[in-house]
Amino acid sequence: MAEATIEHDAVQHGAPGEYEAPLFGAYSKKVGMWLFLASDSLTFGALLFAFSYNRIYTNPWPTPFHAESIANATIMTACLLSSSLTMVLAVFAAQRGDRPWMRNWLLATMIFGTAFIVLHAMEWSKLISEGLILSGFQTILGVSKTATSGELADISKNIPQFPQAFFGLTAMHMLHVTIGVIYLGVIAFRKWFLPALAVIWIAGAFMIPSGNVFHYPVHALGIGLLVAAVIVLLKPKDYDAHDVEVCGLYWHFVDLVWMFIFPLVYLMSTKIS
Amino acid sequence: MHDVAKHDDSKGQYFWVWGGLLALTAIEVWLGYNNRIMSAVHMLEVLLILSVIKSALIIGYFMHLKFETALMRWLLVLAVVTCFVIMYFFFFPDAERIRQLGVQ
Repeated sequence: MAEATIEHDAVQHGAPGEYEAPLFGAYSKKVGMWLFLASDSLTFGALLFAFSYNRIYTNPWPTPFHAESIANATIMTACLLSSSLTMVLAVFAAQRGDRPWMRNWLLATMIFGTAFIVLHAMEWSKLISEGLILSGFQTILGVSKTATSGELADISKNIPQFPQAFFGLTAMHMLHVTIGVIYLGVIAFRKWFLPALAVIWIAGAFMIPSGNVFHYPVHALGIGLLVAAVIVLLKPKDYDAHDVEVCGLYWHFVDLVWMFIFPLVYLMSTKIS
Repeated sequence: MHDVAKHDDSKGQYFWVWGGLLALTAIEVWLGYNNRIMSAVHMLEVLLILSVIKSALIIGYFMHLKFETALMRWLLVLAVVTCFVIMYFFFFPDAERIRQLGVQ
């Protein structure tokens, strides 16, 4: 395996006295991202605590995840872990000034992230079609074709706190992964990513049927497109190694959160005979 | 003149960390498939310990916190952990109280 040596030039302070040395020995963008991640970890921490709170006082807690769901969630976990590795390789490439490989590794990270989203969306659709649903999904999102009887339908009727906690927590994480993929696309391809995102958004809007839970949420891609367009068109720049590293911090955080969701939500609610 | 924060990273160690994370995930999944070998509480404890090890690997190596200054490391970790401890004492005693009341 090739060895590479990285020198963090952002924390070198060789130039005498032009700027005051940063307090944390890191550049401001990185400190800003760490502070954001610290605050975001409290958001997810609160959701995970709320999930555990529900679980403790609800007896018996449903265990609806069969082997098929666990296998699917395991593949999703492997996708996220692998995406973290490709993200690290993208940071390495950026730090040695190798832009083609930086783009390649960022693209690989986006592919793993997209695979995670697609697998998660399929899992959601399957659970909803079998009856695991919130009343809000049917009224607000217009979800149709759900089973009215069966194990998951009974859970939805008798223990509504389970679908509330499950969908609330996983939806928040899925939103973060989606934002992460868009962020990676902007860093890797800048304004050239916008048409691709527009095509995916429009294709999703037309191809996802009206009864599906993602029929309206797919428009989050449109909001992402708008925000990305404002950023890359109003302040065009070549993203450097620092931008890639900061983007990587966000991506690894998304991976980190899943490391708690996967065992707490899925593995502690298995029904495997 | 300040110290130059410099360190050597080898790509190889990141592949080892990735492999370790996959191995820990495999152990978690094995426990999920064999959940009758221990009580739910013990299972939760083991899974949480494995998750904390995995998160430490991700934060330390992939997010590079291991290589940041001690001030940044300790400030971030202590701030977040303190908030989680406070949340713990708000959430769990009440959940246990409701459970013992038998409210469902």
